[in-house]
Amino acid sequence: MSTITYDLPAYRFPARWATPLTWLAIAYLGVPLLGSDYLFEAILLPFLALSLAGLGLNILTGYAGQVSLGSAAFMAVGAFAAFNFNLRIDGLPLIVSMVLAGLAAAGIGLVFGLPSLRLKGFYLAVSTLAAQFFVQWALTKFSWFSNDSASGVIDAPQLSVSGFAFEGPVGRYYFALTVVCVLTLLAYRLVNSQTGRNFIAVRENETAARIIGVPVLKTKLLAFAASSFVIGIAGVLWAFAYLRTVEPAGFNLDRSFQILFIVIIGGLASIRGAFFGAALIVVFPLVLSRLGSFLLGDIFNSGVLDMSQRIVLGALIILFLILEPDGLVALWDRIRKRIGTATVRS
Amino acid sequence: MTLAFGALGSAPFPPELQEHLAGLDGPVRRDDERQATVSDTVLDLVGVTLSFGGVVALTEIDLSVRRGEILAIIGPNGAGKSSIINVISGVYQPDRGQVRLSGRFYAQVPTQQLARLGVARTFQNLALFKGLSVLDNVVIGRAHKTQSSFIEQIVGLGRARTEQTDARSRALDVLDFLHLSHVGDRLAGTLPYGLQKRVELARALVAEPDILLLDEPMAGMTATEKNEMVGFVRAARDRFGTTVVLIEHDIGVVMGLSDRVAVLDYGRKIADGTPDEVQRDQRVIDAYLGVAPENEDGEGI
Repeated sequence: MSTITYDLPAYRFPARWATPLTWLAIAYLGVPLLGSDYLFEAILLPFLALSLAGLGLNILTGYAGQVSLGSAAFMAVGAFAAFNFNLRIDGLPLIVSMVLAGLAAAGIGLVFGLPSLRLKGFYLAVSTLAAQFFVQWALTKFSWFSNDSASGVIDAPQLSVSGFAFEGPVGRYYFALTVVCVLTLLAYRLVNSQTGRNFIAVRENETAARIIGVPVLKTKLLAFAASSFVIGIAGVLWAFAYLRTVEPAGFNLDRSFQILFIVIIGGLASIRGAFFGAALIVVFPLVLSRLGSFLLGDIFNSGVLDMSQRIVLGALIILFLILEPDGLVALWDRIRKRIGTATVRS
Repeated sequence: MTLAFGALGSAPFPPELQEHLAGLDGPVRRDDERQATVSDTVLDLVGVTLSFGGVVALTEIDLSVRRGEILAIIGPNGAGKSSIINVISGVYQPDRGQVRLSGRFYAQVPTQQLARLGVARTFQNLALFKGLSVLDNVVIGRAHKTQSSFIEQIVGLGRARTEQTDARSRALDVLDFLHLSHVGDRLAGTLPYGLQKRVELARALVAEPDILLLDEPMAGMTATEKNEMVGFVRAARDRFGTTVVLIEHDIGVVMGLSDRVAVLDYGRKIADGTPDEVQRDQRVIDAYLGVAPENEDGEGI
């Protein structure tokens, strides 16, 4: 017996966990040593928040096959709920208000997931637009949500957990990174469980799923709730850790589409896909602007940048849908395999 | 209708069917049925009529399936074979008539309860979850047994863990039984057609059903694959005691495999008996070979 318990972890551990652990080590130890404030503020923090949002949407769209265009709305719900819980309940720890915010987003997600019981595909996507417009309208209309602040823009509270304050870009980076890691682990466990298989079964063939005993309605609603929970927390990170301000305008339809593109470009039904997609979406505009001003000089002003960004991104999405429907993840795996066989041969 | 049953001969009717034919109804019949359920039929269709708009797919179908038998439903294209399977599994709701499953009568079988009622089925056009591995496709066949909540599954301890290991080991057993172990890790969508059909059988078998409904399990297969499949279906029945209802076009396969054959034509059951009896039945021969002049009363058209 003792030999078995001794052998198993030692034998299995490295193979499956080597890659994620390497990435974790780089993220926790390597990046803070090398990175500048600019890297944290402009790249890593939005990357983490968008990755998490992409991860959340991937549970719903990638795994359970329910298309949603309301992701930004659920982010907004998360951000505003966390702000209000923090503001109105004295002494509520930040973590608790974040979890409550996630639950609030899950609740709203559940309500707007109800049409999925009847609608599919394109029609469902349109009905989730209702969430997008309704939430944004409600947050702007009722100033109670933003604590009657005149501009509708409010400062996010300090990020502190049991007395320890995460200050400065690096502190906020660590905070966001930890939240993302925990939720990624939970999402990974979820999609590899029986419930995760149920998600995929509902996506691939609803009738067959129902016949083998998958509770289809429950599974769909659960996908909406779990996805909105994660997206809601991503909204908290976006507002509290990245922007340091909470405003409804940041959570518009453009953001919803951005998150959908992250999932499509990164790879549907893949945990890593959200990170790949978010990396591309965040880094791509920066690279484009650098490259543009380097090649074209002054002609490449912000107007041209904005336009060229949209054009290139649009072209990229079309290319991906045609050439690599499984996204960057599939591309990455293929490249790695090529390199693997090449090194073996040589 | 009565004419059709003339061909039956040896097949003993359960009392509820005889009474149904005699046109009795109401609570009196119900009481007698309670007794009848003790008998060896596990599935009955009573007067099932189904139509789509104006097109009649099934007319007054009565059918009883006995425990542990392999019943084949045959008939020309469009005779209503798949409709029967879809009525039994609740995909279609019949206009009239009822289906009796595990002692209860249903006007429409509740599809989401089907697995718990002990019925598993395969589909004429494959309905595998292509994005899952073969093993996961079979594991998910245990979905109806899952009790744990998703939070327990995320934590992965206690009940959720037991269920997971149990489902996995059963799935591995079934894969082994159907000689599919070597493809367990592959995505179901990447397998050749014949193997996908077999994976669907595995997914149905892992649920340990009392009744297995196979909708053209050998369609599109080569002769070798058909023979293998016949072997697997028979082995499944012998090993698990499963009752099998199958639809098949290939008469040769049907005659060799099944204990009893029901023949449909234009939505009516025209014969029901052992393979030998059915083969000699003039109406069956007519249905398959076609006969125009004698059919003056228009029966079956």
